[in-house]
Amino acid sequence: MADASNSASGDLQLSHITKSFGEFVAVDDLSLTVPQGSFFALLGPSGCGKTTTLRMIAGLEDPTSGTMHIGTTDITNTRPYKRPVNTVFQNYALFPHLSIFENIAFGLRRRGVKDVKEQVDKVLELVELPHLAQRKPSQLSGGQQQRIAVARAIVNRPALLLLDEPLGALDLKLRRQMQIELKWIQTEIGLTFVHVTHDQEEAMTMADTIAVMNEGRIEQMGSPADLYDNPKTAFVANFLGQSNLIKGKIESNDGANQIVDLFGTKVAVPKARSSAKDSSILVGIRPEKLRIQPEDIAMSGNILTGGTISDVSYIGVSTQYQVEMPWGQELMVFEQNDDGVAPLDKGDRVKLSWEPIFTFGLDGSEDANAGSELHISEDE
Amino acid sequence: MAFLHATGTKAKGGLKRKSLIPYFLLLPGLIWLVFFFLLPILTLISTSTKTPGLGIGEFDQTYRFANYWDAIVNSHSQFIRSFEYATIATILALVIAYPLAYAIAFKSGRWKNTLLVLVVAPFFTSFILRTIAWKQILGSQGIVYKLLTDLHIISTQTHLTASPLAVVAGLTYNFLPFMTLPLYSSLERIDPRTLEAAGDLYANVITTFRKVTLPLSMPGVVAGTLLTFIPAAGDYVNADILGNPDTKMIGNVINARYLQIVDYPTAAALSFTLMIVILVMVMIYIKKAGTEELV
Repeated sequence: MADASNSASGDLQLSHITKSFGEFVAVDDLSLTVPQGSFFALLGPSGCGKTTTLRMIAGLEDPTSGTMHIGTTDITNTRPYKRPVNTVFQNYALFPHLSIFENIAFGLRRRGVKDVKEQVDKVLELVELPHLAQRKPSQLSGGQQQRIAVARAIVNRPALLLLDEPLGALDLKLRRQMQIELKWIQTEIGLTFVHVTHDQEEAMTMADTIAVMNEGRIEQMGSPADLYDNPKTAFVANFLGQSNLIKGKIESNDGANQIVDLFGTKVAVPKARSSAKDSSILVGIRPEKLRIQPEDIAMSGNILTGGTISDVSYIGVSTQYQVEMPWGQELMVFEQNDDGVAPLDKGDRVKLSWEPIFTFGLDGSEDANAGSELHISEDE
Repeated sequence: MAFLHATGTKAKGGLKRKSLIPYFLLLPGLIWLVFFFLLPILTLISTSTKTPGLGIGEFDQTYRFANYWDAIVNSHSQFIRSFEYATIATILALVIAYPLAYAIAFKSGRWKNTLLVLVVAPFFTSFILRTIAWKQILGSQGIVYKLLTDLHIISTQTHLTASPLAVVAGLTYNFLPFMTLPLYSSLERIDPRTLEAAGDLYANVITTFRKVTLPLSMPGVVAGTLLTFIPAAGDYVNADILGNPDTKMIGNVINARYLQIVDYPTAAALSFTLMIVILVMVMIYIKKAGTEELV
């Protein structure tokens, strides 16, 4: 066996990967490149094909068609135990009959590595649990097991570390802490991480690049900021944070902007941020980009008038308003509590404004609610 | 003292009453065990040191411990044979049942329940009938005999029935479900992801089995081998129906001493010896298999 398994290195490249289970297409013609050394997240609701994609990279499922490469090495048909890839499994899958030390040493022993003890001790040091070496997995807390699962994988120095919802079983506080720790470990050892999650906040905290998946396809891929500020589909706009999407019609062009009619009001949408294919458009604004004022105060930028506050939630750092517009749609507004002014009240007549550069335009044929229900149901 | 106790009990009254419930729950089983296990065992031990009295079937307690020596000297070959046959049958059952249980646990998909019912299905007919059926299976008219003689693996002079082979085959067959079910239940409890994890950590199929599947299924192996070995070692039906005078097991001797010769003390001494020997063997076995693999 020797160390041949670890010879491949470089970018991970999936080309036209499809995976069907009978009639059901779990992953549909998926192509992506994960640059070496990056922290890459596959984000999507359950059933979107992200875990299947991960399992194919690990070799636990065979793709129906398509190819996979690490650097220049084709790994499409390589058996899992010969791939330079290690996985941190959901619920960790530690070996219950082996001590923590032997769990971590498992991969090293299989590859016939000489200085097992030294390497295991080093990685236990890295995850700050050297005192647990002789315990059994069942004697560890969830957070500790999670770290051991990471240690067991990274001790092998794989070309690629796969993480399958690694923090799903932890409580919120521990999850936040582990997010920071995982990111730190990744920078420290410089491995390529591919992380599967349905938690958008987790993906945004840790990943350099996020691929948002839906129904077996990649909806959009980019940096967290890029995805958040410039979503290309309603699914991404709703699944990653919250969005106000208002149906409109493109009336004309004005330099770099499209002039859009929103139920009688004209607003500007930067052409560069619009994915509308014809005159029908969904105009998108993030709730925190909206400003809210009583009707009689003058405002600049894009302005929508005639709103009525239908709900106010004060949550400390900000106040969240739900504003009913004349055409019946409810818009979300997040206002920072940084001006010492008392929040507006329910029933107040208001107008909303925002800078045109914050506007994004989606194709008008899209479902404005795509991805939003999933978001709520999966956040528990 | 009594007074102190009383106040102490009063203070924790509610707690005390609760903690008594487990003992009440134990009571029916305990009573059963006392009357139908402990007392018979004591009777057995006391019978084992008696000597014949005046009439047939009458015995006097003379504390003749030499009964044990006589019994063992006279029946040591049947003792050894019993453990031989039981060991071979247990190993055969393990070899047959492990792949079966493995397939049911991991590979059977929606057929899982059907297969499990099939494993237990033989219990729907009587133990004796099933054993007699082996006479037909291995008989000169049976398919096994025909096949083996046609292929010249055995000569037509030999017989498969009334042989050690037939006895071991019967033992293996009869106790197979007792091996399969505990194996299945321990294999089924293994999280398939730990097997995937082994593959992910550079273990091929064989190494995964050796290092993960087998150690994790050891509770099933231990339970299955005990449930097969213990009754097989004491069995007399298989040797009676499928064997010949040279394949008598210790169960046959005890049976004959009790019911044919009416020599209760020797039968009791043999029974008690068998119990002790099995107990010691099982304890050694559990200690060996247990501490190294399970904990």
